[in-house]
Amino acid sequence: MVVNRKDLLAGLIFIGLGGLFAIGSLDLPLGTAFRMGPGYFPLVLSVGLMLIGAILAVRAINKESSPLGGVPWRALIFILPATIIFGFGVRGLGLVPAVFIVAFSSAFASRQTGPVFAFMLAVGLTVFCSLVFVYALGLPIQLFGPWVRF
Amino acid sequence: MDLLANLALGLSTAAQPENLLYCFIGVLLGTLVGVLPGLGPTATTAMLLPITFTLAPTPALIMLAGIYYGAQYGGSTTAILINMPGESSSAVTSVDGYQMARQGRAGPALAAAAIGSFFAGTVATIAIAVFAPPLTEVALSFGPPEYFSLVVLGLISSIALAHGSVLKALAMIVLGLILGLVGTDIYTGVPRFTLDQLELADGINFVAVAAGVFGVAEILRNMETESTREPIIARVEGLMPSREDMRRMVAPILRGTAIGSILGILPGGGAILASFAAYTIEKKVSRHPEKFGKGAIEGVAAPESANNAGAQTSFIPMLTLGIPANPVMALMIGAMIIQGIVPGPNVAREQPDLFWGLIASMWIGNLMLVILNLPLIGIWVRLLRIPYRALFPAILAFASIGVWSVNSNPFDLYAIALFGFVGWVLLKLDCEPAPLLLGFVLGPLLEEHLRRAMIISRGDPTIFINFAERPISATLLVLAFIALVVVFLPSIRKKRDEVFVEEE
Repeated sequence: MVVNRKDLLAGLIFIGLGGLFAIGSLDLPLGTAFRMGPGYFPLVLSVGLMLIGAILAVRAINKESSPLGGVPWRALIFILPATIIFGFGVRGLGLVPAVFIVAFSSAFASRQTGPVFAFMLAVGLTVFCSLVFVYALGLPIQLFGPWVRF
Repeated sequence: MDLLANLALGLSTAAQPENLLYCFIGVLLGTLVGVLPGLGPTATTAMLLPITFTLAPTPALIMLAGIYYGAQYGGSTTAILINMPGESSSAVTSVDGYQMARQGRAGPALAAAAIGSFFAGTVATIAIAVFAPPLTEVALSFGPPEYFSLVVLGLISSIALAHGSVLKALAMIVLGLILGLVGTDIYTGVPRFTLDQLELADGINFVAVAAGVFGVAEILRNMETESTREPIIARVEGLMPSREDMRRMVAPILRGTAIGSILGILPGGGAILASFAAYTIEKKVSRHPEKFGKGAIEGVAAPESANNAGAQTSFIPMLTLGIPANPVMALMIGAMIIQGIVPGPNVAREQPDLFWGLIASMWIGNLMLVILNLPLIGIWVRLLRIPYRALFPAILAFASIGVWSVNSNPFDLYAIALFGFVGWVLLKLDCEPAPLLLGFVLGPLLEEHLRRAMIISRGDPTIFINFAERPISATLLVLAFIALVVVFLPSIRKKRDEVFVEEE
């Protein structure tokens, strides 16, 4: 049997997400069509999403497959944590260390990047961001936060 | 005459030194970032959005608009010179533009894009000035049912104008609508889907979603096929098109402008379809269709004019109805709200200087683009040499700072990573992010008008399709229904696929 993995997977994801939100909506007061409660519209949408997902999944069967492509593990590992670290640390560390860490750590997502290139890039970006965002634009972010002040 | 008085007010606002300066900075920065390979107008605007936060509303919006068309313009330069369009609207330009560049005619191709864009921008600005006021009047008479139906029409037509699977686009819209509802319910104050996190009480940050699905997801996508070779950049020698080029450009620019202006108004991102449609039509009417794809200047002039005209007229639904036609307009609406302006028909009435100043600034901005870009082309070419491995850490850093500056909420930064990952997975499954973003912005609006309309009708859903009482709402819904039927018809779908297949 031929199955289009892309469509099947997309359908299942939509069914799953729709299901999660449907369960969440059922916890909320639904109300009536006249006076809709907070759960009414989300429930309608979630059920709709599950339906579309189901149609997608069913139609994926007996449909020609298309290549899924590779997974860029290295990029996932180095890029996704970058903004999380920034969010976690920017208030305590300040802009300078936070930008440096984001740039330095994410740079390794590229196979061609070595520590020297990453370091220079991070220094350059940190200087640039400090000048542009803090000095020129006056965004209210400290250059160095309480965690690193002496 | 009203129109002239309005335009005079707009020009006098836009010509104030402060506004001129920010218009210039916006156009310059937009082009600068838009030229970078792989960065389209949406990602550019989302990244540069925080720069405008510290400004007053009028210069902030003027600058944002400048960033938008600057980025669009920068994207065509990239498309022509290295065949790497940042967003699908300039994809079609690269077909003939890059061929021209390879034949040593990069200069005339860039000039054709610049002249076409400027002409289209001028016409579209006038179109906005002419059509926005009457539409505003109509919009003021809209009640909840009309707004609901209008949003439905907008969402449905965004599917018709997107490419790829109709079902997937529909699913992405619905998912976007649901995600847009996360947060405190405005009627009852009940928190929805917040997982008991206080940070989610105000909902998911729109800029974070945009940075995730258009920034991070795109980076991950590009890293799948990281190549070690440098892109081949065409040399630019001699900008001036020959007399023959000029002669061949005139009609395509006129047709492209007309197509773009009309399609741009449609809610749902007409600019993308506009450039494809303009290209297809040029190919049809040409006496030498075989030259297309091999460096025909018509194939650059027409889609670039259409593209720019559509980008410009997409401001019409945003300014008059408060409804975004594309993700960039959604960002503009976000910026307005941050500035304390309620988007919608009241903007034109209550803040005519902002409204008309913004419109007039678009024309000034387009003029700046032409003056700026032709001489600065050498700098843009140098920017194209920046390797991607230096670029994506910078994108991440800017996006982080940008999203942080909206609310100073760590949670928003975690949302970038989450939406980046989800967006990448969905992109891999051929689900486009643009409908999700439109749904996200329109979700709360759709729900609010639905609930208000149902209260008016005492729970009777026929209020939306009652021709006798609500003719506008009924007409809009019928149009939406027709659009939905049309995109599902097999013959039309085949045609639609043909139009978009040129991109592959």
